[in-house]
Amino acid sequence: MSFGALPDEKRGLVGVAFQSKSFALGFVLTGIFVLAGLISFVWTPYDATALAVADKLKSPSSLHWFGTDHFGRDIFSMIMVGARTSIAVAFVAVGIGIAAGVPLGLWAAARQASIVDEIIMRANDLVFAFPALLIAILITAVFGPSAINAIIAIGVFNIPVFARLARGAALTLWTREYILAARVAGKGAFRISGEHILPNIMNLLIVQGTIQFSLGILADAALSYVGLGAQPPTPSWGRMLADAQTMISLAPHMALFPGAAIVLTVLGLNLMGDGLRDLFDPKLRRSRS
Amino acid sequence: MRAGGNASGPSRSLEPMAPYLLKRVISLVLSLLAASVVIFVVLQVVPGDPASYMLGMNAQPETVEALRQQMGLNDPIVWRYLSWVAGLTHGDFGVSYTYKVPTGELIAQRLWVSLPLALYALFLSTIIALPIGIISAAKRNSAADYGIMGVTQLGIAVPNFWFAMLLVLLFSITLRWFSAGGFPGWNAGFFVAMKALTLPAIALALPQASILARVMRSSLLDTLSEDYIRTARAKGLSRGQTLVRHAVRNAMIPVLTILGLQFSFLLAGAIIIENVFYLPGLGRLVFQGITQRDLIVVQSVVMLLVFAVILVTFLVDIAYAMVDPRLRGRA
Repeated sequence: MSFGALPDEKRGLVGVAFQSKSFALGFVLTGIFVLAGLISFVWTPYDATALAVADKLKSPSSLHWFGTDHFGRDIFSMIMVGARTSIAVAFVAVGIGIAAGVPLGLWAAARQASIVDEIIMRANDLVFAFPALLIAILITAVFGPSAINAIIAIGVFNIPVFARLARGAALTLWTREYILAARVAGKGAFRISGEHILPNIMNLLIVQGTIQFSLGILADAALSYVGLGAQPPTPSWGRMLADAQTMISLAPHMALFPGAAIVLTVLGLNLMGDGLRDLFDPKLRRSRS
Repeated sequence: MRAGGNASGPSRSLEPMAPYLLKRVISLVLSLLAASVVIFVVLQVVPGDPASYMLGMNAQPETVEALRQQMGLNDPIVWRYLSWVAGLTHGDFGVSYTYKVPTGELIAQRLWVSLPLALYALFLSTIIALPIGIISAAKRNSAADYGIMGVTQLGIAVPNFWFAMLLVLLFSITLRWFSAGGFPGWNAGFFVAMKALTLPAIALALPQASILARVMRSSLLDTLSEDYIRTARAKGLSRGQTLVRHAVRNAMIPVLTILGLQFSFLLAGAIIIENVFYLPGLGRLVFQGITQRDLIVVQSVVMLLVFAVILVTFLVDIAYAMVDPRLRGRA
């Protein structure tokens, strides 16, 4: 792992990032959906929740760009509103993962091989043993289905991911001379973790954050597909697909557009992640697994 | 204060197998216990009383009370946990609240759908992904490589349940080659049953195959840059021979780990896919269990899946340690 400086420091992070084609492409793809989600707060072509049964199951046309669903709702508008649900759920879930996981990982690394380290890592293993979907199912079984519970479920799964990453990267850094220098200077483990370790693992966290973001979009889609995510009438991509399934022979367009929205958003995030990783660490320039 | 070096320094690296095995078995048992406590406690918090749920809204309080007594719901919580775990150890999962049959039987019945589905998907994923990954690495930076990388990038981004719907649209509705869902049961004949599982297995396999192909490729690329590959070429082996005899074999180690992990994800992922195809597997059982407050069923299925994950991870670790003694220090 390299924790070196960026290839070209004068241009700054953003300028350099766009030199990577996959980052640029991913940024545009994801950007479209983030933008669509933001615009949906002030404008959508139609009211995304308004029922218009007379217009039901219309194929795509100049009036309804992506057609209408079985209640006559405009699919384009629903996808716009759905974008903000999906993105918000995944984003907050990544936030939970970072906010809880990174400090735990840094703590474990600072007290390597102590009882604290052992407890934190074993707890991580335990959470890891529950497939994300099972955590979600358990949580929704207890608290009932809602977007908030979907966030918690996906977020809980993100915690061990970031804890492991932060611990692993921090352990390597703890053997560096400049950390030794900081210790000699009398800084405590807490300050060293915050002032020296954290800034140096930021790159890794950003890359992993993009990956978990994309996994979060997929997880949210799956959860809302089985009815455990955002509840109607709030449009969500997964629920739109669940509705589409019953109508698949009558109105295949109902299934195509929300699915494509998920794929493009996830693809965009993955490409961004790949691009960033190549930039941060040219030695690791190989396919993502 | 913190210790200086890494825990797996050279002095600890060549530990004998037996103590390692013992340590791993203890940690396996501890993980299972911890998982069972978590699952049990979480499901105790569920609002709603299963007994009154079973008897309906108009049930007399005395009847509900009698049923609670009979179901053991009035026993102290620690006692209920212990009797659940004690039951688990000899395959007794308790009696389902709604089906009124032993949960173990229900699960076994459903497992006959979910397990073959997961294995089928694992099989498809492996036979597709490994050759693709090997070709991609062997022909690095060729058109084929870029094509494969592009397709797998897409494969990772596709939600498998949506892919399943597209398969239904193409193969069931348009071409009418497969039925759109349902399961005839194994009594209808092996091939009839396998045919019903084919579309679900393909849908389930796609994202996994994409990941696996990428792991295979990057692992093979790593191996191909090793010195012993150059040596093999220098001693006169052809590119193909080197690839098969030396590179692929060594590149398989990370691939096998992912394969092990994927099995459990396939089993859990089947939960969603079963919904698309109306398959009577574990997934449907869990969702019915949730809506009907049949906690024993939910608890047992979740425990079973977590058990599968922990066990597979354990087996992969052991297999590693047997192959590579250096890993034994990292118990």
